[in-house]
Amino acid sequence: MLNQIGTWLTDPTHWTGPNGIPQRILEHLIYSGISLLISALIAIPLGIMVGHSGRAKWTVSLANSLRAVPSLGLLFAVALWLGPKIASSLAYVIPSVIVLILLAVPPILSGTYAGIQGVDPAARDAAKGMGMRGGEVLRKVEIPCALPLMLSGFRSATLQVIATATIAASISLGGLGRYLIDGLSVSDYAEMASGAILVALLALLLDGLIALVQRFAVSPGLSGKFRNTPGNRPVVSTTARGDAATETASPTDRADEQREALV
Amino acid sequence: MSWVADHLGDILWYAGQHTLLAGIPLIVGLLLALPLGWAARRYTKLHGVLIAGSGLLYTIPSLALFILMPLILGTRILDTLNVYVAMTLYTLALLVRTVADGLGAVPESTRQAATAMGFTGVRRLLRVDLPLAIPVIAAGLRVAAVSNVSIVSVASLVGFPQLGYYLTDGYQRTFPTEIAVGIVGCVLLALLFDTVIRAGAWVVTPWQRVAR
Repeated sequence: MLNQIGTWLTDPTHWTGPNGIPQRILEHLIYSGISLLISALIAIPLGIMVGHSGRAKWTVSLANSLRAVPSLGLLFAVALWLGPKIASSLAYVIPSVIVLILLAVPPILSGTYAGIQGVDPAARDAAKGMGMRGGEVLRKVEIPCALPLMLSGFRSATLQVIATATIAASISLGGLGRYLIDGLSVSDYAEMASGAILVALLALLLDGLIALVQRFAVSPGLSGKFRNTPGNRPVVSTTARGDAATETASPTDRADEQREALV
Repeated sequence: MSWVADHLGDILWYAGQHTLLAGIPLIVGLLLALPLGWAARRYTKLHGVLIAGSGLLYTIPSLALFILMPLILGTRILDTLNVYVAMTLYTLALLVRTVADGLGAVPESTRQAATAMGFTGVRRLLRVDLPLAIPVIAAGLRVAAVSNVSIVSVASLVGFPQLGYYLTDGYQRTFPTEIAVGIVGCVLLALLFDTVIRAGAWVVTPWQRVAR
């Protein structure tokens, strides 16, 4: 079986044209990228608002309760409902992107909300005491402090979107899922397994990339790299965490925990 | 609604299959995660490997994992073992970390008190540490249960019968009622799992109710 997959993957005809691997990867990335971008534009401002003001918390619970809905069901329901209403070639793309957004908003929203809400009030007060105004406190203190949780929310949204974009091939969306669904329909195991390997690699690669971003984008004052310097203790409140963890866990560890809880 | 009434027997059968495909891996995953989570906590060198490794498992999209299972297990593509093993891996991915965190959250003073009372090794683990970790583990189990119920429905694309069948069939036949049955069925099943786990955790942690 491995030989057949090797043959399929190295066959030059599978690397060119509209059904070629580079084209399918590009499609997968474009659909996922657009959906994630729109989701972030919705979820991050909303999460900051809710976390900052403590109002409209129901939006977070509503978004979270959406997670019990099976993504496959959501996909088929939206496709069946919207598909006939869209005449152009976008009839398959728009329903898929809508579902991807619906699935990506909850993790980003709750990550942002939890991050902003968990900022140590003392850090906020200190910023005000240093003369920062509302907007400055948000930009220079609250958002940087919330960044680990925001990024881990984004990370689990990315995984969710890559996985669901694969399934969306069953409602005729392009992308790497095509190989899995087309291979299934003609019982071509080499094709579907190759597609599965490619999609798994893509997911692992993107996850690794975001992990790298997490490592570099997070302020050293938060990541615990300055742990031993007096006066540079992490500023995210330890009382804000929802679940139990050891007291020595750094905020990045905690971000990972949040990620687990999010998926 | 009459369609639902006419097909109630089928719906229940599919729901039963769904319960097995999501539930058995949940139990097996938990039983495997307990020693692994304990090992991650006990041996610092293993911690990184176990936590990162199980995290990577969760990264792999479900449809891809279902399709790759025959390659790893040597099974046929429609062997239900594929779904059981894949779902166990997903459960494990979520629970190893939860168990490690839960055991780590046991206060040091409690541990010392237990040692002073003569608890040693495995006995302390089973009688003191593990029971105290139950609330954290149960919370992780609830996340895993809801996630499992949703992921199992994807297996209908490969052809495994469970509630996801109504989703694929309803879409192919342009029959919204069937899709609604599939979605509502999955949500209800997820709620059922959630309730059972919460009730179970409530029953086995009587001290949580007294202490407040």
